[in-house]
Amino acid sequence: MSFNHEQSAHCESGVMSSLLTHAGLPMSEPMALGLSSGIAFAYIPLVKLSGMPLIAYRMPPKHIIKTLSKRLGCRLHSATFSNPAAGKQALDQALEQGRLVGMQSSVFWLPYFPPEMRFHFNAHNLLAYGREGEEYLLSDPVFEQPVRCASDDLQRARFAKGSLAAKGLLYWLEDVPSEVDWEKLIRSSILSTSRIIDGLPLPWIGIRGIAYLARKIAGLDEQAKKYNRLYLTHIVRMQEEIGTGGAGFRFMYASFLQEAGSLLNEPALCAASQQLTAIGDQWRQFALLCVQHSRGKSEKPSLAEISSALLAIAQAERVLFKELACWAKRK
Amino acid sequence: MKLDEVPQDTESSAYAGHQKLLYAVDEEGCYQGAQSAGWDAENYATQQALAELEVLEQQAKQRWQAGETSVLPYLMYRYRMDELALAQCTGLWRWRIRRHFKVPVYQQLPVRILTRYAQAFSLPVEQLLAYQQGQLDEL
Repeated sequence: MSFNHEQSAHCESGVMSSLLTHAGLPMSEPMALGLSSGIAFAYIPLVKLSGMPLIAYRMPPKHIIKTLSKRLGCRLHSATFSNPAAGKQALDQALEQGRLVGMQSSVFWLPYFPPEMRFHFNAHNLLAYGREGEEYLLSDPVFEQPVRCASDDLQRARFAKGSLAAKGLLYWLEDVPSEVDWEKLIRSSILSTSRIIDGLPLPWIGIRGIAYLARKIAGLDEQAKKYNRLYLTHIVRMQEEIGTGGAGFRFMYASFLQEAGSLLNEPALCAASQQLTAIGDQWRQFALLCVQHSRGKSEKPSLAEISSALLAIAQAERVLFKELACWAKRK
Repeated sequence: MKLDEVPQDTESSAYAGHQKLLYAVDEEGCYQGAQSAGWDAENYATQQALAELEVLEQQAKQRWQAGETSVLPYLMYRYRMDELALAQCTGLWRWRIRRHFKVPVYQQLPVRILTRYAQAFSLPVEQLLAYQQGQLDEL
């Protein structure tokens, strides 16, 4: 099978971009993120990741895959397996039929990940495009080049237990349209993003979630130095380390707005893209403040300063997504 | 972020020689993908998390070798888990796992339970049996 590997910033949007492009509907990664309304913010103190609250800059895993295939009107064929051997057989069969197969797996058990990046996260996505003997040819979207993985290791990663367990999930797209109504799709996806970011009456989601996190930071106990350090760097990791394209998906979404703006010839979207780029820079600055505080060198920013930087971001995003919602409703 | 602001801090980078894709604007303000070799601030954050796990692992190892706990806490941190993650991977209740941290309880564990731990850590069950016999080194 001829297949072109493209490096992506994020696994799920990258997999969808590759699957659609391969099926004859060229789609960039930012487009896949934007059209599936994949960007968000959530601060969920009840769910803990190694003792720290869950902080996410995007919708939950599988959202992009499901929403995008639904909005485009393709058929998403997916299967999970209670029996690992059956899961391997199904993968081999699909590859023999010449399919490009999407898979969910754990990060920890994939041997080609550097040890520093191996944490127990079970909702990683990657593609298989072939097999040579007992070695699979994989396209892992966050890597520069295609990779190879021994069958046993891949099995372990696909069937790792724990939260968000993949259960060997395989998926591929059928009936991918070659023409889509871009205007309608872009408007409805932007409207739905603006509702997620600033329309839910929940204190932990979207703008309210950002403000909530800002209040939490302001309320940290100055004396608990070690906890503060781990807490603040945890935020930075969720924003930057976990494959977001920078600034917790804000740059990627700004890239989507720009692409959508030139596709529809809408200067309003290009202007919004510029605004979001500036907000993304504010997010990067916020991450820098968190790290400077944790490093605790002489001139370190105070917790109140960090908190107000975050509140400013919340304000700016509120204004931007209000404007975008207005644009999406026009006509 | 502009293209020339894309950080290339290779020193102490957690990407281990890999490059990560970011999105940045060129001089005309057009977006492009840009590879980054590492960002200082992000590397610091990753190192904090790794160092914390390393400390927990070493403490658990000492307590195991001093005979204060069973081998399980050490293996748990070594494989970058916590009690919650270990409970989810083995399908055992957390209170049972905490009980298995006690040396006398661990020594009585049947192979059936040890196999579940062995699968969670992806180790041969013989290794966990050897620890049960009092082995205090890694195989």
